[in-house]
Amino acid sequence: MSDIPVQDSPAPAGLTPAELELAQRREIDTPSSQCMRCGAEDALPLDSGVILSPWQIAYETYGTLNDDRSNAILICHALTGDQYVASTNPVTRKPGWWTSLVGPGKPVDTDRYFVICSNVLGGCMGTTGPASTDPKTGAPYALTLPLVTIRDMVRAQARLVEHLGIDTLFSVIGGSMGGMQVLQWASLFPQKVFSAIPIAAGARHSSQNIAFHEVGRQAVMADPDWCGGAYLSAGRRPSKGLSVARMAAHITYMSDTSLHRKFGRNLQDREALTFGFDADFQIESYLRHQGMTFVDRFDANSYLYVTRAMDYFDLAAEHGGSLAKAFLRTNTRFCVISFTTDWLFPTSESKAVVRALNAAAANVSFVEVESDRGHDAFLLDEPEMFRTVRGFLTGAARARGIPAPGGAA
Amino acid sequence: MGIELSSVSGLPQVRGDHLVVCDLVPEGARVLDVGCEDGALLQLLTERRHIDGRGIELSQSGVNKAVARGLSVVQGDADMDLSDYPDNAFDVVILSQTLQATRDPKGVLEQLLRIGGQVVVSIPNFAHWRNRMQLLWRGRMPVTKYLSYQWYDTPNIHFCSIRDFVALVEEMDATVVKAVALSGRGERIGFSAPWWLWNLIGEQAVFLLKR
Repeated sequence: MSDIPVQDSPAPAGLTPAELELAQRREIDTPSSQCMRCGAEDALPLDSGVILSPWQIAYETYGTLNDDRSNAILICHALTGDQYVASTNPVTRKPGWWTSLVGPGKPVDTDRYFVICSNVLGGCMGTTGPASTDPKTGAPYALTLPLVTIRDMVRAQARLVEHLGIDTLFSVIGGSMGGMQVLQWASLFPQKVFSAIPIAAGARHSSQNIAFHEVGRQAVMADPDWCGGAYLSAGRRPSKGLSVARMAAHITYMSDTSLHRKFGRNLQDREALTFGFDADFQIESYLRHQGMTFVDRFDANSYLYVTRAMDYFDLAAEHGGSLAKAFLRTNTRFCVISFTTDWLFPTSESKAVVRALNAAAANVSFVEVESDRGHDAFLLDEPEMFRTVRGFLTGAARARGIPAPGGAA
Repeated sequence: MGIELSSVSGLPQVRGDHLVVCDLVPEGARVLDVGCEDGALLQLLTERRHIDGRGIELSQSGVNKAVARGLSVVQGDADMDLSDYPDNAFDVVILSQTLQATRDPKGVLEQLLRIGGQVVVSIPNFAHWRNRMQLLWRGRMPVTKYLSYQWYDTPNIHFCSIRDFVALVEEMDATVVKAVALSGRGERIGFSAPWWLWNLIGEQAVFLLKR
């Protein structure tokens, strides 16, 4: 979900889809970013029961870790995001996906904090995922990679954080699926998380959310070029299926109001209806474009794996059905943020988290930001969200004793 | 953009009822402020009493302002959301000028006494002499500088007098540990008087309750 319309604008000049595809393939095993590679001695036990080895996690860092290692912030990305939160994506060559929030002087101020962002387990930008090469066969894992969960993603990140010599993260921040990881972090490693900001997220994936994901996965698997998952070895690509999956998902990221404001019933480059199945309407043309540009930068099997991880997420279920128990005796400071027109992760989901945190007597703030831009709002220019994040982090930094840039506390 | 707490430490003007509340809160206490508005009282208590403070506020704009100044505040409703908190979760629970706007004041008070070891409640006194005069001589619902709403637009749906409130507290087996009557501007009425007199001259009152 890291793709606001600006991000999925046409490929940069001089890059053909074939070149893009090549660049994307290269990032899978040999990412341009930093990468932690783990052998048999650092195997990763997964929720599925399988022990993953070898495995790797690709990440970017920004800013400087202070002497007492107290200023590290982990940013967790959403479904189709990556580690390039505030730096140029090597495939699309577009700026980082959350530069509005993360950077020098920004609410997540890289002059003050050391920011880490890693690609999720199951992803396709350098962390082990279905497109990665299975060292046993020399071919891509495809569907032989065990399914991964949000908790597996978090465990992998925890290994990275440990590797970087950080005992406690000052904050863990993420939107949508990133927000799920934030909640999982706070629940699984409460002593390692000083503060947490789950944005436009929830403690579980709802039935409706699972339904939309299933439509997307079926679209991918119905594409003959999917080849039972082995399309990379067959030299093919289920672009049509993945594109349809993206189109369906994209609708869920926007609100009725924002779609209507942007497109209405406007016709695309024509004066009248064509009485055919061309993209008569602007919204159709827009969705097709979203689908087409997505396939150049994302792996279809990765899409299956990561959507499945979201579907499986249910934090209360891990604790006998009680969400409050997931946060019992927590000392983490929480700041929960939702958006008024987000119907994918509506405010009610965030409020359920807040209620559970109150029941656990946790330190929690909750802000519902008024926006008509639906779920995608968390990636967009939302001053109220920026003010909230900045204020919350500043208060938490004072409590943690992290000096402000320039020295003043 | 973000407001640094320190920059607000020289608050331009501290509300009188806030100062009275401040005197009732022990140093370092765990405090829940129900109906905390933009967090001014929480901030005062954080600076002067070094509390571990939380807030609940109905208006989203109030919540957003409070969180932006680094306070822990959730959007919520005294009538609906207090039941989420465990027993004795806080040393002190504060309900400032809010009781009269709740749907179920007795139920809210019950929740406050359950959640907090001590409860601080401030209320506007509907039996203040000025209100009595307006009703007596003009036969109109009182509108004063301190209570400036018309009957049809007031959020204050459950008014009471100081004596009404004390009676309710007694009925609920709670004790008034301390009471302070204030003028409309929040100035302490600095002498002790029988309830009937306070009920006449106090425009508002702050109570420290315990059960």
